[in-house]
Amino acid sequence: MNTKAAPEVVATPEVFVIMVLLTLLAAVTLAIIRQRNLFSVVILSSIYSFLMASIMIALDAVDVAMTEASVGAGISTVILLATLHLTKSVEYPAVRQVALPLFVCIVVAGALIWGSISLPPFGIADTPIHTHTAPRYIEMAKEHLMPPNIVTAVLADFRSFDTLGETTVIFTAGIGVLLLLKGRVKKMQGQDDTEKKGEA
Amino acid sequence: MKLDLVLRVGTKILLPFILVFALYVQFHGDYGPGGGFQAGVIAAGMVILYAIIFGVNKAKHIVPQALVEAMIPLGVLIYAGTGTVSLLLGYNYLDYTGFAGDFLRAHEWGILIVELGVLVTVSGTMIAMFYAFAERGR
Repeated sequence: MNTKAAPEVVATPEVFVIMVLLTLLAAVTLAIIRQRNLFSVVILSSIYSFLMASIMIALDAVDVAMTEASVGAGISTVILLATLHLTKSVEYPAVRQVALPLFVCIVVAGALIWGSISLPPFGIADTPIHTHTAPRYIEMAKEHLMPPNIVTAVLADFRSFDTLGETTVIFTAGIGVLLLLKGRVKKMQGQDDTEKKGEA
Repeated sequence: MKLDLVLRVGTKILLPFILVFALYVQFHGDYGPGGGFQAGVIAAGMVILYAIIFGVNKAKHIVPQALVEAMIPLGVLIYAGTGTVSLLLGYNYLDYTGFAGDFLRAHEWGILIVELGVLVTVSGTMIAMFYAFAERGR
């Protein structure tokens, strides 16, 4: 199937750091699965995000790392803690059978791993994603002396339509969450008012 | 709330640095890592940190809820408006070439304005969501 020989893994410090971080990531994931206290799960998922951000830095994707650290570890942890404040913080033990979900998980995981076998090896320059549009972006950026951070040039200029769409997604999500949370509050306040009137 | 002196003083020292870092990420995004999205989240994080330590009411005094909720559509409007302006100048939608005589200057301006739109929407959404959750908790 894969006739190309796998590239030799060179033991650079980065590879070592990434291996350690990935091991820690797996450990945190197992801890999240086993943990029943939701407060611990929230803190562990925050740690997961920080580990992920560190891996992104080791892979030289600083923009993604910054997003992961600020959104994954920062804002979502705060939002999840705020949600925990509204609900109970201990997960109920599962009542259903685990056989069918386990089977589905194993099949899906097997399919994903099987699909990843035919992916090009990691870090190879002559794969389709690096030969198709990326060189044109880099050449255009060089030719027109665009901003030195090509990520910004791609996101806000070459592919500005995408970013407009993403901004609209955030807008829609924000409006949706606000409608869900605030619509109920007004109703509850109205009920409180009528109850108070009844008491008076 | 009265006993957490260390948290209060530490937060007060940290807040300006977080704001300056958010502005740096926003306006230096052309040269270093970051951009409107990251800067918006960091700026929102500053307000949320203030709200956690000093109370949501004090935070709402500084960053009113109405302002935050107006920021959510305003950012998208800035972004889409930039595209409309470039249409009116005779170029394609979101082609910034007409904003200034020099090609590089024009595109720098375009990126700056568009990133500002992203910052406004993202920070507005994050703070508004936090306020909504805090309101439910009472």
